[in-house]
Amino acid sequence: MNQSLHQYNPFKRMLFGFAFSPSLESNLHEVVRLAEFFDSELILLHVGEKTEEKQKKVNSIVAATAAPSRVSEYHWMPGDPYTTLLDSTESLSIDLLVLGAVQHESLFRFYVGSVARKLTRSVKCSVLLLIKPAVERVACKHVVVSGFKTSTLPNTLFQAFYSAQCLGANKATIVEEIANKSVKVSIDDDRSLIRSLRKKRVLEAEGGRRVAELVDQLPAALTDSISVQNQAIFGKRGYSIGHYAEVTRADLLVMDAPVKTSLLSRIITRDIEFILSDLPSDLLICRAK
Amino acid sequence: MTRNQFISSLPKNLFAGFVVSLIALPLGLSLAVASGMPATAGIVSAVVGGVVVALLGGSYVTISGPGYSLVVVLLTAVTTLGGGDLFLGYTHTLAAITIAGVLITLLGVLRMGKLAEFFPASAIEGMLAAIGLSLLVKQFPIMLGLEAGSGNPLIKLFKLPLVVTEFVQSAPESVSTLAAGLLGIVSLVILLFNSSIRNRYYQQIPSPMWVILLAVGYSYYCQLRGIESTIRPDLFIQLPDSVESMIYHPNFDLINSWGLWSVAITIAVIGSVESLLSIKAVDNLDPQRRRSNANKDLRALGVATAISGFLGGLNVVTVISRSSVNVTQQANNRSSNFFHGVFLLLFILFFSKLLNRVPLSALAAILVYTGYKLAHPLKLVAAAKVGKEQLLILVATSLITLSTNIITGIFLGTLITLLSHFVITKRPLLFLLHLFQPNVLAFKEKDTDSYYVSVKYFCSFLNLFKLKSKLDAIGATKTVVIDFSLCEFVDHSAMQTVENYIASFEKKGGKVSTIGLDLHGASSSHPFAVRNLATENTLGSIEKLFSRRQENLSKMSKEYGWEYCAKNQPIDPSLYQFLFFETKPIVQVYNTLVDPVSNGVVQDIVFNEGEFIARESARVTALTIKLESHIPSFVLDKEGLLDRLNAIAGLGDLTVEGHNYFNRKFHLSGSQPDKIRSLFNKELIFLIESSPIYLIESSGRELLILKKDRLLSPTEVKALVYFGRELIETLACNSISSNREISN
Repeated sequence: MNQSLHQYNPFKRMLFGFAFSPSLESNLHEVVRLAEFFDSELILLHVGEKTEEKQKKVNSIVAATAAPSRVSEYHWMPGDPYTTLLDSTESLSIDLLVLGAVQHESLFRFYVGSVARKLTRSVKCSVLLLIKPAVERVACKHVVVSGFKTSTLPNTLFQAFYSAQCLGANKATIVEEIANKSVKVSIDDDRSLIRSLRKKRVLEAEGGRRVAELVDQLPAALTDSISVQNQAIFGKRGYSIGHYAEVTRADLLVMDAPVKTSLLSRIITRDIEFILSDLPSDLLICRAK
Repeated sequence: MTRNQFISSLPKNLFAGFVVSLIALPLGLSLAVASGMPATAGIVSAVVGGVVVALLGGSYVTISGPGYSLVVVLLTAVTTLGGGDLFLGYTHTLAAITIAGVLITLLGVLRMGKLAEFFPASAIEGMLAAIGLSLLVKQFPIMLGLEAGSGNPLIKLFKLPLVVTEFVQSAPESVSTLAAGLLGIVSLVILLFNSSIRNRYYQQIPSPMWVILLAVGYSYYCQLRGIESTIRPDLFIQLPDSVESMIYHPNFDLINSWGLWSVAITIAVIGSVESLLSIKAVDNLDPQRRRSNANKDLRALGVATAISGFLGGLNVVTVISRSSVNVTQQANNRSSNFFHGVFLLLFILFFSKLLNRVPLSALAAILVYTGYKLAHPLKLVAAAKVGKEQLLILVATSLITLSTNIITGIFLGTLITLLSHFVITKRPLLFLLHLFQPNVLAFKEKDTDSYYVSVKYFCSFLNLFKLKSKLDAIGATKTVVIDFSLCEFVDHSAMQTVENYIASFEKKGGKVSTIGLDLHGASSSHPFAVRNLATENTLGSIEKLFSRRQENLSKMSKEYGWEYCAKNQPIDPSLYQFLFFETKPIVQVYNTLVDPVSNGVVQDIVFNEGEFIARESARVTALTIKLESHIPSFVLDKEGLLDRLNAIAGLGDLTVEGHNYFNRKFHLSGSQPDKIRSLFNKELIFLIESSPIYLIESSGRELLILKKDRLLSPTEVKALVYFGRELIETLACNSISSNREISN
């Protein structure tokens, strides 16, 4: 495929931890396809005993996928799924961990947390959560990227545009969530409303310029043929972007990795936890290597 | 406002203040008497309220003074706090009012202007009805010149006919009772039929003032005829002669008792809620559509209450009826509130002798009338129309309020409302899980100047403030679309609030429309009825449950001669000719609108994307037009906006020579490039460039036009139909000219 694009590949080694669930087939089709698009090596890992039967099943599914040769290694490791996967991302020097996820979390799982979500919070590499794997490809058209100002934003944009380009998306919206706090004007009456609107315009323009500069610095191979749009949203950080991705029916949402989360942040939900509890689309969480 | 404007508007405000003081005088006197306090207490509170709130407040045309909601609370406090000694009880109550004033100021400082928003609309209605009923039953005997008596207002309500019999029996024996009672009844009749007396001169004076004039006139009549007043002296109000004797100070001896504090807290909470509701209502009356600073007003009301309590007056609240008179008298700033206070002070200083001729029965009539309006039986009918559960909430709240107290009433009413939501949705988890989560997304749509607000999970009185704060931050001159399609439950308070926003935006030149409610089940046909997505509409009866959007669509269709049908339509297989729907199974087609001019059909189409677990349903409003002549098939799309072209391989972007802007902005493709290029002539490109951006697809025989990945508001539908007509006309001219070319 496109050499000028793939020279930038940030996801050289992809890891997919699979389980023998009803969605195994669609999951495998999806990840193999992803590896093909991303030009990555795919490492498949099963936490559990290796049996003849299981091996056969996996092999037959992989053989039926679009690019069986992408699968470079198979690992069978017994143990606790969470720690095994966590350790493997480091021992196998993985760039991207792919996980299947349930879209809406139930109350119980929300507080206790599923393995996928626990891993999302603690691994050291980028994570891609798939909510709707399919045997047939569903085209990815619209990518929503968080443009929240952090030190890792350039890396996030890099990975986001690489993925968007590889998946053939033609539209990327960079959403900048601006906390109402930063407007610093509380709206009580008409006069304060006008002041706050003026302040918002300034913040919006500043954010737009900042993001545009960063996008300009990306290699042309990553950005061409993608129309880039900025959208400023005033609202709760971490929440608004998920809701935005849902109403615009984005196919992929790209976020910065959270700094640190604790149980408290799940009780007083914030930042990435909003999106994890109610996934609007496939979610890529970027971490710099 | 500049100083000049302020000075030039002073005469107007002076007059408005005067008219308001004419109403405030009888109301102030009667409210104070009904609260078991000296009649002047009401005047003190109105004078202090008028002056302090005018100086410190944050609203524009409100009037502040004594309110009705706490009359019963104050009366109970006066009788119980003093342990039987009414004067002692009065001074203890003054202490409670002073403390309440400090508490209200604190609420204002803590920016609790949102406080009133956490109570559901029907529970507040129920509380007000209960207040009205207790006013009515308490004052009814006094109006008839009898003893008020004490006891549970609920029991007294059922004994109301007994009061009438008592009057009929005792009147012939006591001239005093007869005269007082008749005066009371005549006063009530005046108040009840005031609005049907259509005499210009009569209407110059507010009806409560007529009651006072009648009473004073009667007393002078008696004097002229040389008869001693027939009404016993203790049935008159007694006003002191000097200002000093009007002033009493609070007694803080009970500061350590819970009794005093519970009264203070009740006054603070209920007084604030009453004021905040009034402020909001008055803002809607203001012809200049200014937005009050509720927190600042609350602080001013708190300070006024504290001062009033310290000087022997009632608590100060913002009062809706006096404020609306103020607005009708064309007041335009706070100075009218100030003047109303000053006039009251003058009245009491110079006319107290005259006012001493007013019997209590006439004042009681004013309160009976107020109570009657608050507890009007039509309110039950109105609630029942919104839904059975609203009626239940209203009645339960008032019964609880009547048999316990206001605070318990409003809190249990709120709880009942919450439980009713659990029952309606059968999913308490929906509320518990998302209670503390944000649920509103608002952003300015690109390429347009309109705002899009989407609400998720549920929207009820519990989290309504989140939606409101987003809407408040937009500014009422803008266009806003509120999308409820992701919201599974919308309650009565929310529907009503949205309705208020629709009205207030309209008045300021903006526009609010709601979309995404058409599929929600409604508990009644009322526009404010509770909407629940779980009990999806039995679509047969959809007309009965029109959402506001459907109502507007239907009205619009009548106006312009379109055919409208809200019902589900059979899915027309020709829709699948379009690439747009090729991979999207259509689930439902409804809200169909046919424009006979262009033969265009506007429909709301629900379709699925993906299958099985990946399935997601989406909605779109689309216009389809069957063409008379064949045109090449093409897809025209804003560059990158909605690229549906993944499905067609090998079809690149077509450019039309000489139209660089068009080429840059739009993505045109199709299998017959030359024919398409000749179709897109100057006129067509001009039309497309100058219209809102639509996705246009031609299947050869039919056109599909749609705008966004969501349903359109009625205004947007209008624009869509118009665009359809223009497009057809342009295409028709186009084919005539091209035919000519061929024949040439």
